[in-house]
Amino acid sequence: MEVFNFTYRARQPVARRVHVGVVGSGDLEVLLEPSVDQHAHVAVTTSVDGFEAVWKIVLDRFFSRFAGAATIEINDFGATPGVVMLRLEQAVEALRT
Amino acid sequence: MSTAAPHERLLTRHSFIELPARERARAILDADSFRELLGPFDRLKSPWLPLQGIVAQSDDGVVIARGRIGGRPAVVAAIEGAFQGGSIGEVSGAKVAGALELALRDCERGHPVLPVLLLETGGVRLQEANLGLAAIAEIHSAIVALRRRVPVVAVVAGMVGCFGGMSLAAALCSTLIVTRQARLGMNGPEVIEQEAGITELDSTDHALIWSLVGGEQRYATGLADALVDDDAEAIAAQVRSVVEGVAAPRSEQVECYLERLAHIDPANPPEPRALRALWAREDPDGR
Repeated sequence: MEVFNFTYRARQPVARRVHVGVVGSGDLEVLLEPSVDQHAHVAVTTSVDGFEAVWKIVLDRFFSRFAGAATIEINDFGATPGVVMLRLEQAVEALRT
Repeated sequence: MSTAAPHERLLTRHSFIELPARERARAILDADSFRELLGPFDRLKSPWLPLQGIVAQSDDGVVIARGRIGGRPAVVAAIEGAFQGGSIGEVSGAKVAGALELALRDCERGHPVLPVLLLETGGVRLQEANLGLAAIAEIHSAIVALRRRVPVVAVVAGMVGCFGGMSLAAALCSTLIVTRQARLGMNGPEVIEQEAGITELDSTDHALIWSLVGGEQRYATGLADALVDDDAEAIAAQVRSVVEGVAAPRSEQVECYLERLAHIDPANPPEPRALRALWAREDPDGR
């Protein structure tokens, strides 16, 4: 198990909090809520060691399109990068609806 | 009963099994009445899993929701089978036990609350050992106290099934609802194969496993009260149909079950089909 923290610059506030996903095999849960400052903060806890560089690439790409000042907690149980991105986008979609 | 073609019925069905725990609870409760207690953002996680290098989940795999069922106040405890096999740890067990104990307190004060357990669990979480077992014992005693005042409903839908100490919890409930995909038993097939060998039980033989501990067999032998399709609305309707004054709980019918067991020779146990004849329901044409 490994824990990583990432910070991204944000441009707009996040209005509410959303929760998606489950810590099941090949899946993850995402808890997204308003940040306390003008940045997005991501805390990743993952069951699979040695993939910090891949997490950074996936999150860099996500934050190239998402500018919300959100605190995001990710609890991962071996999701592939594609599933991680789908869950993050599901969270953003839930934020809008 | 719909006259639509079988495939059309299948297409209009909304699978309950495919729903995660939170959506299952929402499906059981009346529309728009779902209100979650101790949700993910309360972050009541297992303190023990990370110490063993295992990622914890923000709700510890149990969703507690208040709401209404058929207009009556209700509380649903739904176990998430995808997280650690739906296992009961210190926190997840305390959430279920706490919900049942609060429902009991409300019932005692003259405000009946219908408790519903959505069980998808391998039983105790081995990483939390006695703390999980203690919580399961609290769940058992809360069910026994509650069922004297209000029907306690359990649903085992699948695909995890319900095993270990939580199979005892299911058996203690006033009404047990299963699907064909459900499994209910003390030891899971993998555990039996591991402990007693493949000649005792081949855990990869699905037809055999379901013929022994599957929902249809449990219903046919009178160990479950209703067999429903894997359909969220059908299961919710079955829960709504549970009324006051259900039959005496199985666990109080000691003489009846001792009598049944007396007719079985452990050295020459009956085949699943023969058991259905031996322990036939009183209403064999029920389904």
